[in-house]
Amino acid sequence: MTAFALPMASNDGAFIPPTISDTHVPDILPWMAEYGTGFGKQMLLVILSVVLITWFFTVAIRKPKLVPGRVQFFAEGVYSFTRNTVGRDIMGEKNFRPWVPLLFAVFTFVLLNNLFGAIPFLQIPSFSHAGSAYAIAAIIYFTWIGVGVQKHGIRYFKLAVVPTGVPGWILPLLVPLEIISNFIVRPLTHSLRLMATMLAGHMIVVLAGSGAAYLITQQDNILLNATGVAVIAGSVAMYGLELLIMILQAFVFTLLTAIYIQGSLDADAH
Amino acid sequence: MHGSLNMIGYGLAAIGSAIGVGMIFAAYINGVARQPEAQRILQPIALLGFALAEALAILGLVFAFVVGV
Repeated sequence: MTAFALPMASNDGAFIPPTISDTHVPDILPWMAEYGTGFGKQMLLVILSVVLITWFFTVAIRKPKLVPGRVQFFAEGVYSFTRNTVGRDIMGEKNFRPWVPLLFAVFTFVLLNNLFGAIPFLQIPSFSHAGSAYAIAAIIYFTWIGVGVQKHGIRYFKLAVVPTGVPGWILPLLVPLEIISNFIVRPLTHSLRLMATMLAGHMIVVLAGSGAAYLITQQDNILLNATGVAVIAGSVAMYGLELLIMILQAFVFTLLTAIYIQGSLDADAH
Repeated sequence: MHGSLNMIGYGLAAIGSAIGVGMIFAAYINGVARQPEAQRILQPIALLGFALAEALAILGLVFAFVVGV
């Protein structure tokens, strides 16, 4: 998305809706770009998000006081939210402590990258491009499979797909279903949920903006111009909804990470 | 008549998801109404259920744009 111009093709007065290809940004350093590895704005935003998170939390606890100031209170709130609501309540008292750093990192990383889509000059939620969503979901996929194999040995794969207490004759139907549901569908939906919500929120705001621009500037009927102003008000409401969805999706991504890891730790418990 | 079949497909797909989200939050409101102390416990479950049910509708919206003619 170019930061200062909406895609608006004038075509004898017909409205051209924005398409997915309008969300591709040109690469900053086209470095083997034909293989898709050009260094673009999205990679810059990912690096920027890590730098910002590290800087913020280092500054926030620099001189910790017993009665915290505002910045320290906010930083401690984010940390205790991931530790308590996502870590302790999902994973139980016994084995949530080693996972708090991973959950905290995932939550703040996804949250800040999502919020980049709402800041006017940056304007891309980095996870709206499918590659980065696949990458972070792949890391978590191999993490929870690795945890299961480390704790239960190779028996983990049997424990994960054969639920206890089912009669033997239904197993040939149930085991392929469980394999597909646990090992194939889980990483796909984990990543695609994040990517699709970010892309959808972005497209809605872009569509509202280009529609409002078309109605206001390219139509002569005064009623259509007024409708364009109403569309601008609607796009502000959509922007608020997009902010809510961004924060919610970061929370759900972290929650599902905790649930998957807990499921593989407890694979022999049901 | 202009338009695209993609959008009709997305509109039909959103019906089921909207009903599902409504049912999730109806259960959450019922639970909190019967026992207000349960709000803290039920809230992450309600948000998780909402996101899971909404995911399919959002996938429909994305495919409506991506799968072009």
